[in-house]
Amino acid sequence: MVVFDKPNALTENPLHYCPGCTHGIIHRLVAEALDELGVTGRTIGVASVGCSVFTYNYFNCDMVQAAHGRAPAVATGVKRSDKNNIVFTYQGDGDLAAIGTAETVHSAARGENITVIFVNNAIYGMTGGQMAPTTLPGQKTQTSPYGRDVEAVGYPVKVCEMLSQVDGATYLERVAVNNVANVKKAKAAIKKAFQNQIEGKGFSLVEVLSTCPTNWGLAPDKAIGWLEENMLPYYPLGVYKDKYAEEK
Amino acid sequence: MAKVSFNKDLCKGCGLCVTACPKKIVHLADELNKRGYHPAEVTEQDKCIGCAFCATMCPDCVITVEK
Repeated sequence: MVVFDKPNALTENPLHYCPGCTHGIIHRLVAEALDELGVTGRTIGVASVGCSVFTYNYFNCDMVQAAHGRAPAVATGVKRSDKNNIVFTYQGDGDLAAIGTAETVHSAARGENITVIFVNNAIYGMTGGQMAPTTLPGQKTQTSPYGRDVEAVGYPVKVCEMLSQVDGATYLERVAVNNVANVKKAKAAIKKAFQNQIEGKGFSLVEVLSTCPTNWGLAPDKAIGWLEENMLPYYPLGVYKDKYAEEK
Repeated sequence: MAKVSFNKDLCKGCGLCVTACPKKIVHLADELNKRGYHPAEVTEQDKCIGCAFCATMCPDCVITVEK
């Protein structure tokens, strides 16, 4: 009996991501959630700009490619045009937390019934490792070679904490994919974010702490260690908002 | 009996499966695959317990686990 195989919601295309990049794990978790909920056939994904720009090659559902940061706005239109669609966006931190902050906050404030998968690796990956809004204080990048100086460029944006103050948001959780246990928790969170949409509960966002071995300058296993030592203390995991859990 | 198999030519040799394996039976092969990476492999198949931890951590869906 096969206990683990590639989910049907992923295509046969080999992923273009660098070796050890955890985008691939997160893709698989989204695909598994779609398969298990039986909604792959009526799902429309919205790809972002960044390393995840090619997600439309990898998911076995209809996909739209949005302008940089505008995935939640495009998803709003796709969802409102036919409420039977299951609509998700797949965005990195350079997309969602920088140029797309307005779209993110306002789609949450409007309580759009969509699912947002937010991959946070604390750096701009595709463009070669520049400082992102989510880059940690002191973290070295191409554009902060002496480490992020918070006096000069300010502090990282904590998306889940920020959106937890927005009344329209339904479900916000931060997870990580640094080990098997956390991957299973991430899967549960992503599945719940889709389940919320199926039940019409409103805006769900799952922030997934991810690695960027290439631009962090670390081997894949060392990158996992760096995430655990540096990102987990600054970006605590957990549920930041669950509107329907509070009402019970 | 548990069986783990690798889609060798899709593997990028990142080694996340190697660190995830509780039985320490996954390792990177000496030879290269057609994309130029050292692919992960298991030679001591009989020691596999079918936990699928390797497959859970694999970013490229290279691994199939049977039990």
